[in-house]
Order: sequence, then structure tokens, then C-alpha cells
Amino acid sequence: MVVFGQFLEVLIGGLLAGVLYSLVALGFVLIFKASGVFNFAQGAMVLLAGLALVRSLDFMVARGIPTWAAIVLALMFAAVVMAITAALIQKFVLGPLVNQDGLSLFMATIGITFVIEGAGQMIFGSDVYPLRLFPTDAWFVLGGIFDGGLLVSKIDVWGGLIAGALVAVLAIFFQRTKTGRALRAVADDHAAAESVGIPITWIWFVVWLVAGLVALTAATVWGTKLGVQFSIVFLALKALPVLIIGGFTSVPGAIVGGLIVGAGEKIAEVYLGQLIGGGIEYWFAYVLALAVLLVRPQGLFGERIIERI
Amino acid sequence: MLYREAGQFKTSYAADMAIFPIRQDRIALILLLLFAFVGIPLLANFQLWPLGSDYMLRAILIPFLILSLAAIGVNILVGYCGQISLGSGAFMAIGAYSAYKFGSGVHIPLEFLGTEISIPPLPLFASVMLGGLMSAIVGILFGIPSLRIKGLYLAVATLAAQFFFDWVFLRVKWFTNYAPSGSVAAPDLHFFGYLVHSPIERYLLCLAFVTVFALIAKNLVRGNIGRQWMAIRDMDIAAELMGIRPLYAKLTAFAVSSFIVGVAGALWAFVYLGAWEPLAFNIDRSLQLLFMVIIGGLGSILGSFLGAAFILILPIMLDQVPHALGIPVSVETVSHLVFIVTGALICYLLIVEPHGFARLWSIAKEKLRLWPFPY
Repeated sequence: MVVFGQFLEVLIGGLLAGVLYSLVALGFVLIFKASGVFNFAQGAMVLLAGLALVRSLDFMVARGIPTWAAIVLALMFAAVVMAITAALIQKFVLGPLVNQDGLSLFMATIGITFVIEGAGQMIFGSDVYPLRLFPTDAWFVLGGIFDGGLLVSKIDVWGGLIAGALVAVLAIFFQRTKTGRALRAVADDHAAAESVGIPITWIWFVVWLVAGLVALTAATVWGTKLGVQFSIVFLALKALPVLIIGGFTSVPGAIVGGLIVGAGEKIAEVYLGQLIGGGIEYWFAYVLALAVLLVRPQGLFGERIIERI
Repeated sequence: MLYREAGQFKTSYAADMAIFPIRQDRIALILLLLFAFVGIPLLANFQLWPLGSDYMLRAILIPFLILSLAAIGVNILVGYCGQISLGSGAFMAIGAYSAYKFGSGVHIPLEFLGTEISIPPLPLFASVMLGGLMSAIVGILFGIPSLRIKGLYLAVATLAAQFFFDWVFLRVKWFTNYAPSGSVAAPDLHFFGYLVHSPIERYLLCLAFVTVFALIAKNLVRGNIGRQWMAIRDMDIAAELMGIRPLYAKLTAFAVSSFIVGVAGALWAFVYLGAWEPLAFNIDRSLQLLFMVIIGGLGSILGSFLGAAFILILPIMLDQVPHALGIPVSVETVSHLVFIVTGALICYLLIVEPHGFARLWSIAKEKLRLWPFPY
């Protein structure tokens, strides 16, 4: 029972950590679906959103504004920052690059990453800023069944709830609103969507804005967990295998992929790491993704890749 | 006037297929090589401008040459064969650590067989080449997924190589000869009995490697195998229907590319760094190489050099600008500014010239042919 309890604890911790990867991966999927851009800058956007949030929050709390009001204002401020970023990216980078091939757009987003990292840290500072939006202690559950109970971190549970809510909101947005439908039309075929009167530049702005807001959501959770700091950028790299496993074009895929990666790497670290030396969390997700790719090149939930000559 | 091939008649197929068909190109190349092999060492020897101190050789020319070599390798894979790779840093690391192991003696105990594999320390040239070979073998292994997946999916798959080998060289102590700090130092550079020590000698060593490999690469890409790579890049299904074997074409591209990148990695570690740790070959290095190739021009050997020069020199220049203008800014701000300007310039270049510097160069040559009487 102790062995099983430990396994369950690792599994739950992994699954919940995986939800947080999904949060970052969601931003990727949204942009890739709507504009075919593989957005390397998602991690940098999480960093920017986090920095804007935590710095404005600290600023207002220091001025004596009540905490709840300061949180709301800071969230709004961060959202505005993300909107401005989205507008700038759309206007100055993606607008002129329309109809380029995927590789050029991908490289452009790496350029955007650099600009966001540099500008964000120059404006908001480059230290580690602790963010306290959610409780960070842990629950011990099922103490009756398992000796000492299972350790479940509260922040991970919050992350899970937020991710669930976010997916629900996004689903409603995509299925029920006019803009959401336009987004799906653009995703299917840019030219056809434009020819029926969908304003494509506006749609792309909306996509980047939504991705920015998803980044903000991810930043609240990750920032609470790790503190807002530069290393958040590397989260984006962890989200890539999540995307591969789930498929680039699937929102549910991002969630499931995140769960698989989170659980897989924690279990591997605990049970396999002892055998071949620690730290395999560092690459396990990628090798897992590689294995999935060999079996299903489009990921678990991705649209079938049909090739024409 | 000066740059025109009018009157240069080709009287044999060999002349028609020559590597540099235009006479002016040949002359320019010979002059450039003369300057690189003779002029720069002389200038450095007599400490004349701009080589008054070691700095120019040590901090700019040597890394430029080595990174150009790596960029040529990446360009073969990304530019000529169309397989995007984000794992080039790992292949540099494999080259560097394999060369280090071969240079300091390989010893693999096989106790369960009652035997062991021992290879005495090999000379520099052999170990660098074997480093490239190891890199090529691993390159083939990680190239196998490219037969099923392509494009950005493949790019992410190559990240697996990057992170896996970062970890291997950090955690598997055998590769670092159980150095407690995890950092290793290159052995003395004995190149065919000659001790390469001073910056000028190191520069010449790198230059020799780069010249030879650039010529090999240039010839490969315009030969049979290069055409196969380009056919695969342009449309792999069509290429397959024409009778090109994707397995062979893709895996040779991975092998050749990894070999060159591995040799560059070994040179980077041995000649430029001297002592290094796995961090020297992390994901940033991979991105940097990819930038060089894209900014320089995909599918161009010349572009690899131009891109390497640009990406290497840009941060150095940016570092100097506030100093030169006398604006007091903190070191931290400068590093952030470097980030911003680099990123913005990359975006700008992608917008105004998606085909990179190599394309600008060929436009300039076209203009030069018509000058001074454009029609």
C-alpha cells in the first residue's frame, strides 16, 4: 500500500504539474490554429505578462491600495500590456510577413522572443519577483487509506481549476461567438475567409490577444509557483513536447498532452531516475514526444496530414 | 565593366561545370584566400591596424571562422535539404566531447566480458575527425524520425537531441573523465607534430579547416547528392516519385551536416574555448546557428559566412556603441538592449529580405554586371 500510495502521489503531482504545461501549450495551439504561426514567443509572453502583473501589483500595494483592488487593477494593466504587445506584433511583424513560409514566421517569432525578453526586463526589471495570488501550501488527502495521506499541492489544484475554466471559456468563445467562428474560418483557409469579408488583420490581432491573455493566466499560476523570473521563458520549451504529443491543432490535445508529459516525467524521474542518474525530467518529455511522433506523426489529436503534389 | 563574363568562352564541359565559372570570381576568391592566409597573419605579426592586438584574432576572427563552419553544416541540413534542426548545439557538443575523449584516450571497461576497450590518446587531427564521425553517427540516428515527420514537428523532435545530450554531458561523468567541476580542458594542440599555440597559429588552423570544408561543401551541394537534397527540400513526394530515395538523401544530409557541425564543435572547444562545460553548447547555440543560416541565406555557402559574421559581430558592436557615444548605461541595460536590437533586426531582415544576405549579394552582382549601362 505504501508503494502504491507513493505512486499515486507522484502520479497526481505529475498530472497537476502537467496541467500547467497545458496552460502554456494552449497559447501555442490557438495561434497555430488561427494563423499557422508556430509561436516560439509564447514563453516570453508568459514572462512579460507575469512581470507586468507582479510589478504593477507591488507598485499599487506599496501605495496603500487595498489588495483585492490592486489585484484587479494589476490584472487589467497586464491585460492591456498584452493587448499592446499583440497589436505591435501584428502591425510590425506578422502583417508584413503575411504569406511567408512557416520557417520564416517561426524565426520571426524567435526574434519577437528576444525583443519581448529584452524589453520586458528593461521596463519591469530582471530580478525574481514573488507573486502571491494563490495559496502555496499543500493538502494531505485520503489519510485514512494511505499512511500519512497523499501530498497534493494547492497551487497545482488551482492551476488545474483555472486550466479547466480557461478551456471552457475558450470553447464557448470559439463555438458561440461571431469572432470565434471567424477565427475558425481563418484557421481553415486564409484566402477563403478574407474573400467572404472576414477582416483578417483584426482576427490575427484577436488571436494574439487571446494568446496573450492565456499567457497572463499561465503567468499567475507559474508566477505563484516559481516567482516571476527569467527562467519562465524555458517553460515554452517544455510546452513544445506537449504540443507534439497532443497535436499542433488541437485544444483538447494540449490538455491531454500536458497531462501525459507531466505524469510521465514525474514517474520517470522517480522510478527511472534512480537507475540512470537524476535530472531526466530535463529531456524525458522530448524523448517521449519523439516516440509519439514515430507512431503518429500528427500527434494524438492532430488533424491528419494530407499531402498533395 | 569590371564584372562581366562576356568573352569568357567555355570550350569544354569541364570548364562549363567549373565551381566558379566567372573569371572575376576566381580572381576575387584567390585574392581573398591570399589575404586570409598571408595578409592577416602578417598584419597580426607586425601588429598593424586593425590587428594591433590579439583581440581581433582571438575574439572575432577565430570564432567567426568556426561558427561559419558550423553554419555551413547547418545550412546543408536546413537550407539544402529542408530539414529544420534545433539540435545543432548538441552535435557541436558531441563533436567536442568525442574529440576530447579520443584526444585523452578512450577506456571502456567491459568487466562482464572480462576484457576492456582501450584506445591510446590520438593526435589532434585524428581526434577532431573522429569527433565529427561520432557526431555524424548520432546525426543519422536522430535523422531517422525525419523520414516520417517534417517541418516544425521535426524541429521540435531535434530539440530532443539537444536536451538529451545537454544532460548526458552534464551527468555522465565518463565523458568528462570524472572531472569534479564538470568542466574539461583541451589537450595541447599538436597538429602533425607542430604545436599550435599562438593566436595566429590557431587562426591558421581554423582557416585551413574552414577552407577545406567549405570547398567540400560547395562541391557536394552542386553535385548529384546536393541536387537530391534540394529536390527533397522543394517537395519530397515529388522527389520520391522521380526516383530519389528519401531515406538515403535525408540521412546523408543529416550525416554530412552533423559531421561538419561536429568538427566545428571540436574546433570551438579545442581552439577557441580551451576549457569548456556543457553550457557552451546549449539551446542558445542552436538558435544562434539557425539565425546565422536564415539571415545569411538558406541554401548558400557564402550566406553561411555572411550570417555568421553578422550574428557574431552584432552584439559586439552593440556593446561598444553606448561606450563610443559616451552614454552612461549599466551593463544590464546594455545586455537587454542587445536582446531587443538583435530580435528587432532579425524580424526586420526577415521582412525586407527573406532570402538573406546571400540574395542581396546576388542582386548586387546582377547590378554590377550591367553597370554602367543598365538597360
